[in-house]
Amino acid sequence: MHGVSALTATTTLTALLGLVASWLLIGALGLVQSNRIGWVARTLFPLGALVALGVAGMGAVSLGTGFAAQTSVLAFGLPDMPFHVRLDALSGFFLLLLGTAGAGISIFAAGYFRHGEGTAPGLLCLQYHVFLASMALVVLADDAYLFMVAWETMALSSYFLVTTQHRIPEIQRAGFLYLLMAHVGALALLLCFGVLHGGSWLMTFDSMRAATLSPAWAAAAFLLALFGFGAKAGLVPLHVWLPEAHPAAPSPVSAMMSGLMLKVAVYGMLRISFDLLHAGPWWWGMLTLTVGLVTALFGAVFAAVQTDMKRLLAYSSIENIGLIFAALGLALLCYAFDMRLLAALALAAALLHALNHALFKSLLFLATGSVLHATRERSLGKLGGLIRRMPWVATLALVGTLSLAGLPPLNGFVSEWLLLQAFLSTPSIPHAFINMIVPLGAAVVALTAALAGYVMVKFYGVIFLGQPREPSLMQAHDAGWLERVGLAWLALGCILIGVFPQAALDAIAGVTQTLLGTVIQRGPAPWWIAPVAQAQASYNGLWLLLGMAGVIAMMFVLVRRMYHGRVRRVPPWNCGYPELTPRMQDTAEGFGQPIRHMFGPFFRIERELPAADDQFPHYRIQIDDHFWHGLYLPLARIVGWLADALSMLQRGRLAIYLMYSFLTLIVLLVFVL
Amino acid sequence: MNALAPVSQLGGVVLAVALAPLLAGWVAQCRAWLQSRSAPSLLLPYRTLRKLFRKDAALATQASPLFRATPYAVFGAMATAAAIIPSVTTDLPLARVADAIALVGLFATARMFIALAAMDIGTVFGSMGARREMMIGFLAEPALLMVLFNAFLMFGSTALPTIVKGTLDADGLTLHPSLAFAGVAFVMVLLAENARIPIDNPGTHLEVTMIHESMVLEYSARHLALIEWASWLKLFNYACIGFTLFVPWGIAPHTAGPSGLLLAIVWLLVKLAVAGAVLAVIETVSAKLRIFRAPEFLSMAFLLAVLGLLVHLLLQS
Repeated sequence: MHGVSALTATTTLTALLGLVASWLLIGALGLVQSNRIGWVARTLFPLGALVALGVAGMGAVSLGTGFAAQTSVLAFGLPDMPFHVRLDALSGFFLLLLGTAGAGISIFAAGYFRHGEGTAPGLLCLQYHVFLASMALVVLADDAYLFMVAWETMALSSYFLVTTQHRIPEIQRAGFLYLLMAHVGALALLLCFGVLHGGSWLMTFDSMRAATLSPAWAAAAFLLALFGFGAKAGLVPLHVWLPEAHPAAPSPVSAMMSGLMLKVAVYGMLRISFDLLHAGPWWWGMLTLTVGLVTALFGAVFAAVQTDMKRLLAYSSIENIGLIFAALGLALLCYAFDMRLLAALALAAALLHALNHALFKSLLFLATGSVLHATRERSLGKLGGLIRRMPWVATLALVGTLSLAGLPPLNGFVSEWLLLQAFLSTPSIPHAFINMIVPLGAAVVALTAALAGYVMVKFYGVIFLGQPREPSLMQAHDAGWLERVGLAWLALGCILIGVFPQAALDAIAGVTQTLLGTVIQRGPAPWWIAPVAQAQASYNGLWLLLGMAGVIAMMFVLVRRMYHGRVRRVPPWNCGYPELTPRMQDTAEGFGQPIRHMFGPFFRIERELPAADDQFPHYRIQIDDHFWHGLYLPLARIVGWLADALSMLQRGRLAIYLMYSFLTLIVLLVFVL
Repeated sequence: MNALAPVSQLGGVVLAVALAPLLAGWVAQCRAWLQSRSAPSLLLPYRTLRKLFRKDAALATQASPLFRATPYAVFGAMATAAAIIPSVTTDLPLARVADAIALVGLFATARMFIALAAMDIGTVFGSMGARREMMIGFLAEPALLMVLFNAFLMFGSTALPTIVKGTLDADGLTLHPSLAFAGVAFVMVLLAENARIPIDNPGTHLEVTMIHESMVLEYSARHLALIEWASWLKLFNYACIGFTLFVPWGIAPHTAGPSGLLLAIVWLLVKLAVAGAVLAVIETVSAKLRIFRAPEFLSMAFLLAVLGLLVHLLLQS
């Protein structure tokens, strides 16, 4: 690693900019023959995946030991405000994340996109690669101006991607909501940068780092950043767009938004709170921690009652973002008490979870894409039994499912383990109140993690297991080879990080070194982590995997050798009924019922029950979000009312407008005279 | 680590796997006595296993590979869990591989696999059982974690052998109020997680009440044998976790020689006998709860464990 970084120390940033430019070029080439699927999908998307691998590689280089931050000033921008770019460990880590997950998604997309799905493939290719390039530029930006330009490009290109099937009213609505929330968030960020320059009116991050803000202004900047990035990441109560926009988009786009774009928001939060603001008083951390935990629990509970597979995953993304922000808040909190090591542990948990989530959530979203193509169904109530028709997708999705549920020895477990370890060390915080409250956070994390298991059994069980709920599912076909390669790439990432967690933590060490000036303790081997001390806690992914595999293999051999492997195929036990129909299985609603029952106050439930004498009795239940009805609809009503009031001025008659001009003139004359 | 470590490590797992059916048989015997029935043989579980292993497996026509792999996965998770619980000695090389949080993770893995396999065939009972099991699980798992965190806060380690050492090295008997809360919570979790009354009844096949049994209804022969064995092993593991946290006396320290290990095994047997009898008494004197009451029971366990955490932190400051 060291040799490589010495070799490329001066060229990494240039190479990265070249890669970003080639993404844009690939996108533009899509327009050349925008309707030839062989050109756009089979040629350009794999090229994009190669570029993504390059981005990941460059990111990895920048995480090597002894890598100094590189900066550069681009030749373009506003006349006297050229674009500044910078590559340091924090950017490098997020580029690694972006490239690794992006490569898998692009390969999958190469096999996924086809004709007749709204936007022409060539245009889609342009939007897709602009989206990727803008995310990379957000991460590389070193001045507020480039940051906002890239940020807005990211929002706009993803908006167009969300509304690929723009003829469907539901998708138009989802797209509008997304655009609206994206801009409300962007407005907050704009104000945040307005505060951050600290009166110097210099928009480079360097001058913001150097600026000294009064505590009140720093707090204002932090709150604005939390709002702005929270809106993009989907923190409660700014999450409402997420479960609408994610399902509306084509699956590779959902995967990019959930796996990558939400992480870019996490990057922004880290950049501003730790790097530009140098962290702050403890209540910043406490606030972020609380918001994160509420978001996590909220997301998990809502995911459990969803009946649309992509909405379910969208809520699960909200949950995971909550966990990431909770870890981030914990890091801020510990940093405020100058407990660097603990802050580094929490930050490592946040970053590792971000990386893990990028991998397994992309994997699952892509798997739903394959299911969607094979069955044309998104509703869980009409799926089932696909493990027999789509063994590849089902097997690879199982890896993602188990990772998301946080089970050892896969990657989701490692980051939750780190997070719990971080929470468990908080009683040493020198503050009588906080050191008691924070360990309770561990209780919420534990509950959320367990709920994630529930959600994942529902997700996997209803889609892939059981009997097909519709006859048409018998014709479902497995994914093509490009899709399989994309899925397998992400699944491999999940397994490798789970088995070699220290290798992932080594990549993160550079980031904690940059932001906090300290690193957590290294484990004794790439597969063995012991972040605080061997005696306190250690986890060894490889040995655990080998131990389990060893026991399983030994049992298998023993049973087969001592006894036999004879199997008779028989129909399942039908409880004495004449036949066992697929309708008898648990539905998605049924599977979520216990959660609906237990967490009743979380939901706004509308129910229609059949009456005793109904001719065609039917049962309908609608589960809604309190925030939607309690916060957003009233807000929308107020805005509508204000707009109506203003429209009183607009009468559409020339005489009245002339009168306005006349009155204005009079008023001005009064002032002047 | 002394030279005996690999032996005691491997021996511990073999002992757990071998003794688990005995514990199940003992609990069943005690229950029968308490209910004035003539008790089955102590060795009945072993005979059941032999019988099941010999039979031909009857597999549902639509069963997927996941269904066939699950019994092995569940057994593998439980046996691995047995390897990191210091039931006989604290000298476990593998205990550094996975700590208490990983232990909970292993239990979760087993639960997830068994729930998925239950949904695989697509029968009524399977999916119902899976749903109920996950409902119990998602409340019991955090409760167990909280119980373990109580011990963590006391000894500053999530590694179980360190926790044991912490208690054993303490001079004399100190009473920790937080452990009282944690202890009650732990017993509640143990009952729920091991399909015991009042949450579930291992001896029933009555559709409205069963959870565990309805999930494994489609399993037969060697697969069923492995599942049953794994669930006995789970009970054994839970009992040993309880000993580790609350009554670690008798567990051999790092320095123990062969005679010390033998003595520790005798201690373990005594503790298991008492724990099995207590379990039988609890099961006999309590009535099965309605399934809708199970969440209340488990939330109570969760809250008790969290309360223990708070009590510890309050008393400490």
